[in-house]
Order: sequence, then C-alpha cells, then structure tokens
Amino acid sequence: MMNGSEELIVRKIREGTVIDHIPGGQALNVLKILGVSGEEDHTIAIMINAESRKLGKKDIVKIEGRELAPSEVDRIAIIAPKATINTIKNYRVTKKMKVKLPGEIRGLLRCTNPNCISNKPREPVIPSFTVASRTPTLLVCKYCGTYISHDEVVAQYTLAS
Amino acid sequence: MFKGRDVISILDFTRGELEKIFRVALKMERIGKREKPLLKDRVLAAAFFEPSTRTRLSFEAAMHRLGGSVIGFSDAEGTSLAKGENLADTVKMLDSYADVIVMRHRVEGAAKLAAEIAEVPVINAGDGSKHHPTQAMIDLYTIWRELGRIDGLHIALTGDLRYGRAAASILYALTKFKPKRVSLISPASLKPRKEMGDFLRGSKLKFFEGENLEEIIQDLDVLYVTRIQKERFPDPAEYEKVKGSYRIAPELLSRAKKTTIVLHPLPKIDEIDLQVDGTKFAKYFQQAAYGVPVRMALLALLLGGVR
Repeated sequence: MMNGSEELIVRKIREGTVIDHIPGGQALNVLKILGVSGEEDHTIAIMINAESRKLGKKDIVKIEGRELAPSEVDRIAIIAPKATINTIKNYRVTKKMKVKLPGEIRGLLRCTNPNCISNKPREPVIPSFTVASRTPTLLVCKYCGTYISHDEVVAQYTLAS
Repeated sequence: MFKGRDVISILDFTRGELEKIFRVALKMERIGKREKPLLKDRVLAAAFFEPSTRTRLSFEAAMHRLGGSVIGFSDAEGTSLAKGENLADTVKMLDSYADVIVMRHRVEGAAKLAAEIAEVPVINAGDGSKHHPTQAMIDLYTIWRELGRIDGLHIALTGDLRYGRAAASILYALTKFKPKRVSLISPASLKPRKEMGDFLRGSKLKFFEGENLEEIIQDLDVLYVTRIQKERFPDPAEYEKVKGSYRIAPELLSRAKKTTIVLHPLPKIDEIDLQVDGTKFAKYFQQAAYGVPVRMALLALLLGGVR
C-alpha cells in the first residue's frame, strides 16, 4: 500500500485499478502490455522508482475507471512477477490480487523463432512457454526450445499495441 | 516404461532407459539379418518431409526385420502436402493408418506437434536443428559397443556445433552420462548456441570449448566429426579458411591413442580424409550399421514386441 509521502505525489483514485510492486522502471511497459496508449479517456497516474522495502525501487500505476480481466493480470505477471493488483471502488480497495506467473504460459506470446511450428499460420498450435527464470523473466518455447527474454516479451506487446 | 511412448528429444530418456535400449539392441544385433517377427502385422509410417538416406532406410530395415511393414513418403513432393495440406491433418491420417509414425521435418517443434495430435507413438527422426534422438542413441550405442563404456572417456565434438542436429542431440545425450570431459572444437561462428551453453553449464557435464583440435588429439577416446556446411558462412573465403583446420587426416590421427575411435553421423563430404576410412580409427560405417539394431530395439520396446 502507499505510504503518506506517495499520496502527496499521486492522489487516490475513486474507481479503477492500482498496480503496485512493479519492478522499478517497468511501469511504461506494463501499460504497453495492457494496450493503454494514453489516448483513452482514463486518468492514469504513473509513479516510477518509488522507494520499496521489497523491491528497492518500484513503480506504481493507477488507472481510473478501468478494471483488469484475468488474462491481463496474467500478462502483467510476465514482466512484473511480484505485482499486486488492487481493485478500487469508492476510494477503497475492494479486491487485492497478487499476480502469479503460471508454470506454463499459453497463447499470450509468440515464439521469436520464425522456424518454430507455433509460428506456422495453418497449424493448430497455441504457442506455449515454460518459465526458466522469474527474475528476470526467461521463457522457453515448449515446441522449439527457443529462449524468450524479458525484453523480447516487452517488444512483442509494443509492436502489437 | 516404453510402450506407447513418443520419442521427441533424447532428454526425455533417463540413463537407465538408454541402457535398456542398448541391451535390447545388442540382442537385436545377434539376430543379424534373420527376420524376428516381434512386430508382425504392425505398420510403420515413414513421414519424411525432408530427405534422408540412412535414417529412413535403417528404420525401414528395422521394421522389416521385425516382421512389420512400412508405408510412407520420402519427400513432401507428390503428397497432399504439396497441395497445401497442413502437418496436423497429415498426421491425423497417418495416425489412423499406422501403429507408429517416424517423422522428419524442417520446422522445429514439428515432431512435438505431431505427438500431441497422434494417438500412436511418434518418433522424431530429426526436426529443425536441435533434435535427432535416435541418432544420439546410435552414437552412444557405438561408443558403448566399441569402448565398453561412456563414463570416464574424453569425447571431442568437432565441426558445426551450432546448426547441426546430430551434434546437439549427442551433446544432450552425454549429459545423462559421466564422461571425463567433452571438448567442443569448432570455429567461433559455429560454436553451440547460447541455449545449449546455458543448458550445459546447468548440467554436471565437464565440457570445454576451443578451436584447436591438435592440442587435445593425443588425449581423446572419441572424436565425433560433423560436417561444416559451406552455406553457413556468409563469406566463402571464411569457409575455405576454416574447413581445412577441422579436416581429419591420417597425420592428425598418428598422434592419437591407438584405441581412439572416429565417429560421424554421415553423410561426410571432405571433412574426413578418405585414407582414414580404412584405418582402425574409423568407426563411422559401423556406427551407421548399428542404426538398424538400435532402431529395432526402440521399435520393439515402443510397440510392445519386447519388454
């Protein structure tokens, strides 16, 4: 939760989502992953490199008037595996979720190997990855064994958005 | 333990399972060229989307010697794939016609997808540049047969260790054993990929990467040679420069131990001097011959012909 000094910088939101405990410097990438470009109507507050006992530096994102779908929560886990998602209603936290990086990630990313069967458009394959490392994120394609790094994950969402 | 199982990567097998395959292969060797009808009425589908000589023919010979029969194709031309059918549909068809599917494909992960679709066992006969599990079984079997063990040996792999699937597969396989040392000798541009390097560092395998074979030749028990393909080099001059330094000639082997064996997954072009073929070092033709009993063993185990 925020402490008093942070509240001086970023005010509370009335309805929406607060994503806390994002690794320092990753807030903009979290917004990219969520497909938030800033052109929407939501009021968005971003705090980058706030002091954190757990993470050293952390980022916080507050999105007014937007709740997250479970698939969006999973996507955040790929780049911010310790994030907490707070749903806010009438200025109060009504739901608090810790993201959890599943053992296998299905369908959220593409393999970076163009010669992987999961990139062949006419084959019924859902790209799937196992998690080789959580911090920093390192995924392994279940089909061809190619490594997908944190930066490659972010790049995919950037290109997609 | 084996019946009905897919064979996608050598990493799917434990050391104990590999040794079981060796023991059964030894029995198959003793059967020789006589037919042993352990798999009578069984059908093997050989789905070779990429050309192959030894792998396909030795699988076919193995199935015939076990009393089974073989259907299939040896390239995608002339099949419904040439008309645009996808792999998944082709595999569904083969699954209903055959008791086991042996598949080679250019695309990485193709065998894994086929195994997800097919009910019958799928054997990966090479996909992409990482996996050729039955070749690795034959390579290990050859070392075991010729030298009596794999543990404690100094094994060098030379040539293209980056793009060649045979080299990748035997390297994965060696992590299941305890060789004294594995030396990876290749030009810098053909060193194993990062994924492989990380995997090896995470294993207990004692390995060393270098570029000079002459420095270690006198200590080697096994020299595993792979082909350096010209097309891997953007600059043809660079290819000409490196190719000679990895050529195995009688002068080099004159400094090797008397018991050293030279292996090659074949086909070989000019990376091994023809004069080596007739020497006691050359075991690559024997290695190719072992392809039949090893594949007989695997087929018999997967299809329940032996337990």
